[in-house]
Amino acid sequence: MSSPASDQPEVRTPEASTAEGADRLGVEQPDAPPSLESEVAQVVAPDRDIEVAVGDNLVEIRDLTVTFGGLTALDHVTFDIRRGEILGLIGPNGAGKTTCFNAMTGVYKPSDGTVELEGNSLGGRKKHAITRLGLARTFQNIRLFGQMTALENVVVGLDARHKTSVPGAVFRTPRLRREEKSSIEHGMALLEFVGIVDKSDVLARNLPYGYQRRLEIARALATEPKLLCLDEPAAGFNPAEKDELMQLIRTIRDDGYTILLIEHDMRLVMGVTDRIVVLEFGKKIAEGTPQEIREDPKVIAAYLGEESDDGAA
Amino acid sequence: MTSPIEDAAATQSHLDEQSERPKRGPFDGLARRWDHLERWQQWGVLALVAALVYLLPVLNPPLITSEPSNDFPITCANMAIYALAALGLNAVVGQAGLLDLGYIGFFAVGAYVTALWTSTDSTFVKIPYLWTLPLAMIVTVFFGIILGLPTLRLRGDYLAIVTLGFGEIIRLLATIIPALRGQVGFQNVGAPPGTKSDGNPVFANSSGTPWYWLTVTIIILLMVLLGNIERSRAGRAWIAIREDEDAAEIMGVPTFKFKLWAFAIGAALGGLSGALFGGLNGFVNNQKFDVQTSMLFLAAVVLGGAGNKFGAVIGGALVAYLPLRFTGLAEYKFLIFGVILVVLMIFRPQGLFGARNHLLTYASRARRWLGEKTSGSGATAVPATEESSS
Repeated sequence: MSSPASDQPEVRTPEASTAEGADRLGVEQPDAPPSLESEVAQVVAPDRDIEVAVGDNLVEIRDLTVTFGGLTALDHVTFDIRRGEILGLIGPNGAGKTTCFNAMTGVYKPSDGTVELEGNSLGGRKKHAITRLGLARTFQNIRLFGQMTALENVVVGLDARHKTSVPGAVFRTPRLRREEKSSIEHGMALLEFVGIVDKSDVLARNLPYGYQRRLEIARALATEPKLLCLDEPAAGFNPAEKDELMQLIRTIRDDGYTILLIEHDMRLVMGVTDRIVVLEFGKKIAEGTPQEIREDPKVIAAYLGEESDDGAA
Repeated sequence: MTSPIEDAAATQSHLDEQSERPKRGPFDGLARRWDHLERWQQWGVLALVAALVYLLPVLNPPLITSEPSNDFPITCANMAIYALAALGLNAVVGQAGLLDLGYIGFFAVGAYVTALWTSTDSTFVKIPYLWTLPLAMIVTVFFGIILGLPTLRLRGDYLAIVTLGFGEIIRLLATIIPALRGQVGFQNVGAPPGTKSDGNPVFANSSGTPWYWLTVTIIILLMVLLGNIERSRAGRAWIAIREDEDAAEIMGVPTFKFKLWAFAIGAALGGLSGALFGGLNGFVNNQKFDVQTSMLFLAAVVLGGAGNKFGAVIGGALVAYLPLRFTGLAEYKFLIFGVILVVLMIFRPQGLFGARNHLLTYASRARRWLGEKTSGSGATAVPATEESSS
């Protein structure tokens, strides 16, 4: 195991997190199912049917291809996302990570390939329909509704599960009252979960940067996703904030969510993920546990350049 | 505890607040005090304001009155009708953020529906005037959906241009189609029933007060209903669409559906105000439905504060009132409104009443919940959901 190449990524990943990542390795398939009694699962989705079968495929991505004109941004990428795991999607800049996100969530139309969530194909569905199927995301560049308060932002997410439309609102039907009341409770609980409940009535645009990032996660969680996609949630964070975020991501996973994480910060990725998929120039070049990825010569080459073997020797 | 980045961000937002401070207008303090009132206090103030509003044409206050050049009750009725139109346009432009430059088209359709079904010049079946009000709304909603279905896939400027075209098409159709009688128009458009003791009809074209009261009542009713919509999933969807349409869609908002709703509601209110306009004047022809009037409605919404229904009503009333009050300047009204808008955009871009929408039906519960959280430190994180369902 002690190939000369394995030392190289450690330059980028501090000692502590390496050990941590190795710890997680020991439990490759976390045999203890996530604590289903936990707060968020209960509050956010009391009716949600959390599958105990951790490890079967939640999302299957097959030959996903996206082309912009002559440029192939994503080239026949195939991987699975297993229930209850945190899957990291990494790669150098321009590798196609966000494109992959966008193709999954319906922002881009894939030119080839399929994405299936629990056997339901996501291709050709409207974006809001995909969200209601159970796929939520945050944005790399924060896209909150600036003129709404933090709570209102979260309630927009909760509305994805609500059915009342204009007639129901005009006549204030019992269903509207029920939905509106539960929105407040659930929304506040979510804000508390991500740690910004004290700012619930502050306009989103006036929130500090870190709070905005957390609010995005809360808003995405509000849609009751089966898969939560986080697009560089730690961008612009300092190490202490990154640690807090790492903890938050783990808690979310422990509450029964499956998470797809795009992140540049290697320490964060290696520390929090169960498995990692590596993209380079739109192609998948590696897939495995953080330890395997760390030692994969192709990944090292992608990040550090081709002559890495010579350099290490 | 706080990180440098958060500090920096906090400083930044603090700076933002400071830089916004000089732009605070005369109504901000009022708005803040309003927010702090209890619900029953708010209702009390509203009842007082409503009483004053109802009494306006009777009081005929000096300085404010538009007499002798224009009959004040008639002026008031016109103000109310413009306010109603602005209220409808506010749902489209202010809330959902859809720039509609052809709103006059719906106003015209409403006026023509009334004319066709009540005027003695029309060959159509005659129905009572009051029935034409819901009919006008139904017909304009139909037109709104016809216009909205293909065009609401467009955004921003493109939508504005298409709606501008729609307004012109309606005006030209009124000129071209013989049954709509072009400039000759329809005389003797109907009015609500009722005669006074002296035998004259209550809703005469020369007496504005009954028309004013009717329109104000409709406005108050509609503001309550629009408030209900605003504090619901639909209202939140509109603001979300206005803020970031793509993000809204990805967060599960069926954007097209709610944009169409906004359009339909705006159209219905436009049609309703058009029908009242036709009834008040007793005469409908193709001369009053030009692009300028469309711009005037838009100016009313922007002036009052896009997204604020009270602001829109005030803006609509002002836009109708000023040319009738200052008759000498009526010729220059577009110049004056233009200058006012430019000045407003410089010093108060959010309009006289800045928009701050309340989008939650039970917002007070959130405050109570938060209060309990901060007071009882050992409280459980899970709120009592049973309590909410009771």
